[in-house]
Amino acid sequence: MKIRLEHLTKRFPNRNKKIKEDVIAASDLTFEIPDGKLIGLLGPSGCGKSTTLNLISGLETPTEGRIFFGDNDVTDVPPENRGVGLVFQNYALYPHLTVEDNIAFPLGNLRGKDKLTKEQMHERALNAAKLVQIDMLMERKPNELSGGQQQRVAIARALVKMPSVLLLDEPLSNLDARLRLQTREELSRIQHETGITTIFVTHDQEEAMSISDMIVVMKEGVIHQIGKPQEVYDHPDNLFVAKFLGTPPINVFEGEMKDGKVYIGDEAVLDIESRETKKVYVGIRPEGFIPTGDGALTAKLNKIEVMGRDTSIVAEHPAFLGTTIRAIVPSEDVEGISGETVRFNLKPKKVHLFDFETEKAINETGTEA
Amino acid sequence: MKQKNYKGWLYLLPAIVFLGIFMVYPLIDVIIYSFEEGYSFVTQTSNGTGLYNFRYVLHDTYFVQALRNTFIIVIITVPVSTGLALLISLALSSIKPLRNAFQTIYFLPYVTNTLAVGLVFMVLFKKTEYTDGMVNLLIHLFGGKTVDFIDGPYWAKMFVMCLYTVWIVLPFKILILTSALASVKEDYYKAARVDGTRPFRIFYKITLPMISPMIFYLVITGFIGAFKAYSDEVALFGTDLNSAGMNTMVGYIYDMLYGNSGGYPSFASAAALILFAVVFTITCINLMVSRNKIHY
Repeated sequence: MKIRLEHLTKRFPNRNKKIKEDVIAASDLTFEIPDGKLIGLLGPSGCGKSTTLNLISGLETPTEGRIFFGDNDVTDVPPENRGVGLVFQNYALYPHLTVEDNIAFPLGNLRGKDKLTKEQMHERALNAAKLVQIDMLMERKPNELSGGQQQRVAIARALVKMPSVLLLDEPLSNLDARLRLQTREELSRIQHETGITTIFVTHDQEEAMSISDMIVVMKEGVIHQIGKPQEVYDHPDNLFVAKFLGTPPINVFEGEMKDGKVYIGDEAVLDIESRETKKVYVGIRPEGFIPTGDGALTAKLNKIEVMGRDTSIVAEHPAFLGTTIRAIVPSEDVEGISGETVRFNLKPKKVHLFDFETEKAINETGTEA
Repeated sequence: MKQKNYKGWLYLLPAIVFLGIFMVYPLIDVIIYSFEEGYSFVTQTSNGTGLYNFRYVLHDTYFVQALRNTFIIVIITVPVSTGLALLISLALSSIKPLRNAFQTIYFLPYVTNTLAVGLVFMVLFKKTEYTDGMVNLLIHLFGGKTVDFIDGPYWAKMFVMCLYTVWIVLPFKILILTSALASVKEDYYKAARVDGTRPFRIFYKITLPMISPMIFYLVITGFIGAFKAYSDEVALFGTDLNSAGMNTMVGYIYDMLYGNSGGYPSFASAAALILFAVVFTITCINLMVSRNKIHY
């Protein structure tokens, strides 16, 4: 099912009654989610991503704007008639029911011609359980399951109705690191097997990048960028998106465009086509540094952290915004670096320029200085 | 190891001493009294041991009357008050404006003295030379005949008694149930809503099992409390409950110990043990019946 949001806005009255202004949880969201894809709604906490999910599920009604499933306007359709499956952050499994009864619970709500017999319910529940590989745990109670298993039960319960849209609110946040890796692959597999349009909310950019067909980056209720994970990473529209994606985060310097060169401090680090003169933010991805003895950018060397395959060079620079620069380089390139300073050449594709006032990206592909 | 043991017992000592003096010793004494025939506090003597006390009590028409009254009160007031409290709590938790005001109002009877409440019930139900009571005025309004609720027929007295008991136990139950309802996580309801669960099924399949431990607690304590009813009866019908026909088991025990008929500790002890047996049995049955229905 294709999903289209048009100018979707949600305002809440401010909890502090002295403040008259409403809290805007989602502001003028317009985007389209193609059928059968896995979408990651990504943003820092409080950015309105969960509200957006609740709007799509129907648990919240938008203040303005419309929501379309396919060609149908579902804005005023109650949640139960939208055909959505929702997985909650804490799973919301009914603790007094067995796994099977939990999964079959939505089926028990069907009435009239859709009403199922006990056998049909059992079969549907079993199929859903098999899909998430928990069919051997059907008699257990939720508190006898591990976090990952509970998560699967919650997904099975959401899938059992055969929804046209699957919504997951922070599906991996309650799992430990190892399980998170495993489960996110599982999630991707289930989505591919069922082909259900799936939207999941996360604040973890790595999670979103790794399994999404498309990511939507949000901040303070506003969409900052939509696109394929790699494209968004390679071509961030603004400074926020650039900073939010990638670990370790992008290194941001205060800099200047002048005479077809980009300057950080006094050093020209990159050649560009534009001859404009203005102040800019220079964002350099950690993997964009090439340490060489005669490099264009000089920084004060703090320490070298060995991580095996890669090595992380921690350095300082007066124009750097933040505490320490972090460069990730292949371990074999580090030999010979020692002493007080380190010099880098920059990979042009890994350097992004942003307007100093608007923080919008400046489309300049530079060449090595 | 040994020293640690000493310390443990030492810490327990105050509690053990007090419990021993004020709980265990009297309990054993009661059991002994109940088998000593015609024991007298004054002479500290009895004229034999045996089951006569139990036989006497069980054949005493006042005791049978008290037993019947107690059972009627228990059977009517426990389910009615619990059910009513559940309904009121559900209503309270589904409204937002004035919720706190209502909660306070419903809680008022709990902090009001039993005898003061008894006075209010007198105004409502008591027939005097000057007025028939407010309830009778209402009955007149609808063309009914005067009913003497306090000194009249048995059913009228029992009605007032049950109404009073329900009213007096309601606040505590509402308090417990509203907090139980509030502790059910909102996500369960959201999940149920997305799945299109109808309100009744939500209540029956989610709300009720989730608050079942609290309901169970209220039923058990309700049963025990109702079996021990006495002061409420006094508040409504005065101290001579036997002649009012409204005595309860605890009332009977009290009368046997100190009342007008006064000074039969053996009979009182026997009656107390019978009451204990009844409460114990009912509680056991409660526990067994509910074992599979309560979800902790």
